[in-house]
Amino acid sequence: MISENRCRMLRLSSFCVLLAGVAQADPATDAKIAGLETAVKAAQSAGDNAWMMTSAALVLMMTGPGLALFYGGLVRKKNILGTMMQSFMMMAMITVLWGLFGYSLAFGEGSAFLGDLRYMFLEGVGSAPNPDYAGTIPQQTFMVYQLMFAIITPGLITGAFAERMKFSGMALFLLLWTVFVYFPMAHMVWGKGGLLNAFLGGKFPCFDFAGGTVVHITSGVSALVCALYLGKRVGFPEGMKPHSLTLSFIGACLLWVGWFGFNAGSALGASGLATSAFVATHFAAAAAALGWMGAEWIGNGKPSALGGISGAVAGLVAITPASGFVKPMPALFIGFLAGLVCYFMVAVVKQKFGYDDSLDAFGVHGAGGTLGAILTGVFATNAVNDTLKDAAGKPVALGLVDGNGAQVMNQIIGCGIAWGLAIVGTLVILKVVDMTVGLRMTKEAETQGMDLSLHGEEGYILES
Amino acid sequence: MKKLEGIIQPFKLQEVLDALKATGVDGLTVSEVKGHGRQKGHKEVYRGMEYNVDFLPKTKIELVAAEGRVDEILATLLKAARTGQIGDGKIFIYEVVDAIRIRNGDRGEAAL
Repeated sequence: MISENRCRMLRLSSFCVLLAGVAQADPATDAKIAGLETAVKAAQSAGDNAWMMTSAALVLMMTGPGLALFYGGLVRKKNILGTMMQSFMMMAMITVLWGLFGYSLAFGEGSAFLGDLRYMFLEGVGSAPNPDYAGTIPQQTFMVYQLMFAIITPGLITGAFAERMKFSGMALFLLLWTVFVYFPMAHMVWGKGGLLNAFLGGKFPCFDFAGGTVVHITSGVSALVCALYLGKRVGFPEGMKPHSLTLSFIGACLLWVGWFGFNAGSALGASGLATSAFVATHFAAAAAALGWMGAEWIGNGKPSALGGISGAVAGLVAITPASGFVKPMPALFIGFLAGLVCYFMVAVVKQKFGYDDSLDAFGVHGAGGTLGAILTGVFATNAVNDTLKDAAGKPVALGLVDGNGAQVMNQIIGCGIAWGLAIVGTLVILKVVDMTVGLRMTKEAETQGMDLSLHGEEGYILES
Repeated sequence: MKKLEGIIQPFKLQEVLDALKATGVDGLTVSEVKGHGRQKGHKEVYRGMEYNVDFLPKTKIELVAAEGRVDEILATLLKAARTGQIGDGKIFIYEVVDAIRIRNGDRGEAAL
């Protein structure tokens, strides 16, 4: 993260100062030292930039093909292209939105709730770093990296209304949702001066390393609202078996790999903190896979492939806010617990209430995200992340394990705001879209399948 | 001429084909079918959603044998397809009125 990079820089420059002292201010040596300092900065910048561009690509890979395959395999075969198109549409549509004004609304300074329009049309976003966010990489790298988060977040929601939403309604809903829910939430947590930003002057400092509140709570809770508003699929719950867990399996494993870009990339540099987040991410995913499979083994008598991959995703979700703040053993614990809790949410709670959150966007992202955000307040430690310093320059206590129990409350406030914004924003937007272009496919179209009725294609043409 | 129609376990197909070939059968039709007899179906669970699957995948073999070869082919088929477990399938035998080779119009056993 920023501080770690600065630290490295500090050590190097003090070494340079030492050299300067020895050399007694010889102009030629001065010039040499200045050159050396520039070279050191350039080298670090090159290293950080390489990792951050890789991370940006990894996060895009999570949406397409990761999420597209994961969700695509879980639907019936007549809906595979329609489902994949929803993810793909986010890659195209949100990118345009981000360039026009999205980045600015999320990361312009603005108010505590939303950014201003200083970066509209990406004005002033070039190769110079923005030291508020990431001092060693071009702001353009930061911008494109953050874009990938804005793409996957609405993509996650599509799991809740799978197999029954019109393409036009889906596109308009998710476009408005990104503007009125995602941009404000991203600004509040990560934007300069944002209400919940723990590092840049937020009123309620909430730790969210890679998007537990911003990405997973907002998408997961909005998903539940969508599932309730749209109602069940025609014929639910009979005959809704996933058509290809093989595709879902590939998608989930791509998500796992892509998540290293998501979490370790959130260190915004190729630093020790990035490694720490990488390790926490991996450990949580592994433990969660075991947790979900174990619960299933005991509950149903068989550990399933779908259970294993769902568990891994649940663990990845839960560790997301915590990844840059916790040690490996708490990461294992958070992951394992997420595997159990999310299994309980989809296999017990969902069945009991009977809502059709088709691909469990709420059960996994809403529940796992909330669990992870709160546990971040428990396990965050300055032994992992020492970015925040007190007046004397000492790292401040972060979570309960550091002796700062109040952080748990801050995390709960952060979750509460994310839940509230997601519920209200989603309801209003759904209503508006429902009254204008409409949300649900006709019964005939839904029965025929999205591929044919919405796109005029078939996903599988085996006789050709 | 008789038609033998065997519904067998899919994993037994190769063994049955090999055995039939060894007895000199050189034409038959195979299709993937679904059904159930006494074996019944099974339960599948996807994230807690239970589905009962009533029809199980089976393989159907159809072949027509000349009158003098029916017993031998039937015995071969029975032997190769049997595991002794429920679900091994069934064989149905039909009288065949005639057979015609489309290419040259051969009739009866000459068309087999």
